[in-house]
Amino acid sequence: MSKIREAFNNKKCFIGFLTAGDPSLDKTKEFILAMEKAGADIIEIGIPFSDPIAEGPVIQAANVRALKNGCTLTKIFTMVEELRKETQVPLVFLTYANPVFNYGYDAFCKKCQEVGVNGMIIPDLPYEESDEIIEFTKKYNLDLIRLIAPTSEERIVKLAKDATGYIYLVSSMGVTGMRNNIKTEVDGIVERIRQCTDTPVAVGFGIHTREQVEKYCRIADGVIVGSAIVNIIAENGEDATPKISEFIREMTGKS
Amino acid sequence: MSESNQEGRYGIHGGCYIPETLMTEIEKLKESYAHYKDDPEFCAELDRLMREYAGRPSLLYFAKKMTEDLGGAKIYFKREDLNHTGSHKINNVLGQALLAKKMGKTRIIAETGAVQHGVATATAAALLGLECEIFMGKEDTIRQALNVYRMELLGAKVHPVESGTMTLKDAVNECMREWTKRVDDTLYVLGSVMGPHPFPMIVRDFQSVISKEARAQILEAEGKLPDVVMACVGGGSNSMGMFYEFIKDEGVKLIGCEAAGKGIDSNETAATIAVGREGIFHGMKSYFCQDEYGQIAPVYSISAGLDYPGIGPEHAYLHDTGRAEYVPVTDDEAVNAFEYIARTEGIIAAIESSHAVAHMMKIAPKMRKDQIIICCLSGRGDKDVAAIARYRGIQLSE
Repeated sequence: MSKIREAFNNKKCFIGFLTAGDPSLDKTKEFILAMEKAGADIIEIGIPFSDPIAEGPVIQAANVRALKNGCTLTKIFTMVEELRKETQVPLVFLTYANPVFNYGYDAFCKKCQEVGVNGMIIPDLPYEESDEIIEFTKKYNLDLIRLIAPTSEERIVKLAKDATGYIYLVSSMGVTGMRNNIKTEVDGIVERIRQCTDTPVAVGFGIHTREQVEKYCRIADGVIVGSAIVNIIAENGEDATPKISEFIREMTGKS
Repeated sequence: MSESNQEGRYGIHGGCYIPETLMTEIEKLKESYAHYKDDPEFCAELDRLMREYAGRPSLLYFAKKMTEDLGGAKIYFKREDLNHTGSHKINNVLGQALLAKKMGKTRIIAETGAVQHGVATATAAALLGLECEIFMGKEDTIRQALNVYRMELLGAKVHPVESGTMTLKDAVNECMREWTKRVDDTLYVLGSVMGPHPFPMIVRDFQSVISKEARAQILEAEGKLPDVVMACVGGGSNSMGMFYEFIKDEGVKLIGCEAAGKGIDSNETAATIAVGREGIFHGMKSYFCQDEYGQIAPVYSISAGLDYPGIGPEHAYLHDTGRAEYVPVTDDEAVNAFEYIARTEGIIAAIESSHAVAHMMKIAPKMRKDQIIICCLSGRGDKDVAAIARYRGIQLSE
C-alpha cells in the first residue's frame, strides 16, 4: 500500500495545497512543516507554471510570484530533499504536463522517487493521454492521482478503475478558487465512484470553510484545500506561518 | 491501461491534453462534428452561408505588376482578404458557429489576437443569434482599441485578459478557463488549427476550402499546378487551409512563413519552428517556444495574429516529414512587404499576410518565368495601418 493510501487508513484526510516558491522555497518548506503540524495529512505542492489553465486568479497569481522569484523545478527537488529530512508526510506534486514532459517522464518520475515525492497530479494530462507517463509512475512507485469532474459521467468507471493513491473529485465546474456555494451533487458522484473502486475520494475546488470540510468529509474520504491557503500566503507573505497553522487547525478541528 | 488513442495524432503531435472537466464536452463535440460534417442539410446550409454571406469563392488574382517587377515566377494571390469581415477566419467561424447551433448551444466564446477571429466570431454570432464573448489580451486591446469597438458593435462582450503576457496565448488560457466554467450552453470557437483534438481537424477542414478553390482556380487559369504555395503561420489556420489540398501534390512546394519579430537570434521572436521545442500546451503536443524548464516563453511579433508561442500539430508534422518548409520573417521584412504590395498592387494586406509576401519577394526573382507561386493573402490590413505608421515614426490622429 502506498504512503498516500496509508494516510487514509481509518481516517478522513485533510489535504493542503500550496504553490512552491511563493514567496520563497525556504518559506515553502517552513509552511509545509507547519501545515503538517497543524493537522494536514497530505501536502500537494504546486510546481509553478507560466500558463496554469486550470487555476483561478488566486493560484495564478501565486504561480506568477513564484516564477518571478526564480523558482525552478531543480530548486523544488532540492527543497523536497531537504524537507524529507524533517518529515514523512506524504507529498504530491501538482504540475502541468509541459514541465514534466520537458524534464523527461522517466527522469522526472525517477527524481520524484529519489527525493521522496509520493505522487503527482497533472491536470492537463487526462486519462486518454496518461499512457505516456504511467509506465514510469508505476516503475518508481508513484501514485498518479486521477481527477474526476462533475461532467465525467460515464467516464467515471474507467477513471476510477485505474485510480491509485486517491481520487481528486473536482467539486465544481471551472477553475480553482474559493466558493461559498458548491452546487454539484457530490454525494451521487462519490457513490458512483465507490461502485468501481475502493480508492479513497478527496473533494477539492472551492473548499475554504469548516462547514464545507465537515460536509465533504462525511460524504467522501477527505478534502483538498488550496486557494484559501494560497490566499493566506498572498496576504501575509513571509509571515504567513502562524496564520496557515491557525487556519488549518480551524479546518481540521485539531486545536 | 488506457485505450490506445491514435485519432487526432499527426505523427507524435496532436492529442487532447485538457482538464478532465472538458473531456465529456470534447467527446460530444467530436461526435457532433463527425455527424454533421457529412450531413447534407448542414453542408448545404454552410455552403449557402459561404457563398451568399462570406462572399466565396474568393478570387485567385494574378499580380501582374508584382510579377513583372520581381522578374521571376508568376505570382498569384488567394484573396481571403476580400471575404466578409476581411479575413479567412470567417470560413472556420461560420462552420463552428453553425455546428454550435446544431449542438443546441446558445453562446460562443473565442480568443483573438489580431481581432480577425474575434470580429469573425462576433459576426457569425450576430447572424446566427448566438451570445458571444471574446477574450483578448489587454496588450492587444490597447494596440487595437478601434477593433475592440468593432466587436462590441457586433454585439459581443469583450474581456481584456490581464494575466501573463496579456497577448494571444493568455487569451487562449482565459477562454479555456471560461469554457470549463460553462460547457452546457457554450462552444469554444477556436480560431486556429491548434488546441485539443478535434479542433485542429475541424478548423483545418473548414479552412481547406481555400486550397480546394485555389487548386481548381489555378488549373483553370494556367492548366497546371503551382510550383510553390505559401502563407503566413502563427497557429497556422490560413496556411493549413492553403496547403491542405496540395499536400498530395508532391511537386508543389509548401512554405509557411513564421513571425521572427526582431530576429530568431533575439529574444523577441515568435518563430516556433525556428526556435521552439516539442512540448505539451494548450491541449496539444507540438512545438512551442519555451525555456529550459518547460515554461512557455513570452514571444513577440509586430503582428498580434502571429504573436503566439506554438504552432498547430499538423504543421509540426509537415515540418517533421519535410513536406512543408517553414521560414522566419522579421518585423522589418513584413513591414517592407506591407508597403510594397500596397504601392505595387493597390492592396493593403494584413501585417500577418505580409510576412508571406515578404518571403515571396525573396524567392520569386530566383524562380523561372514559367513557374507559379500562390501566396495566401489571409486578411486585409486596414486594422494595421495605425501600427505601421507608428513603426515608421508617423503620428496619426483620428
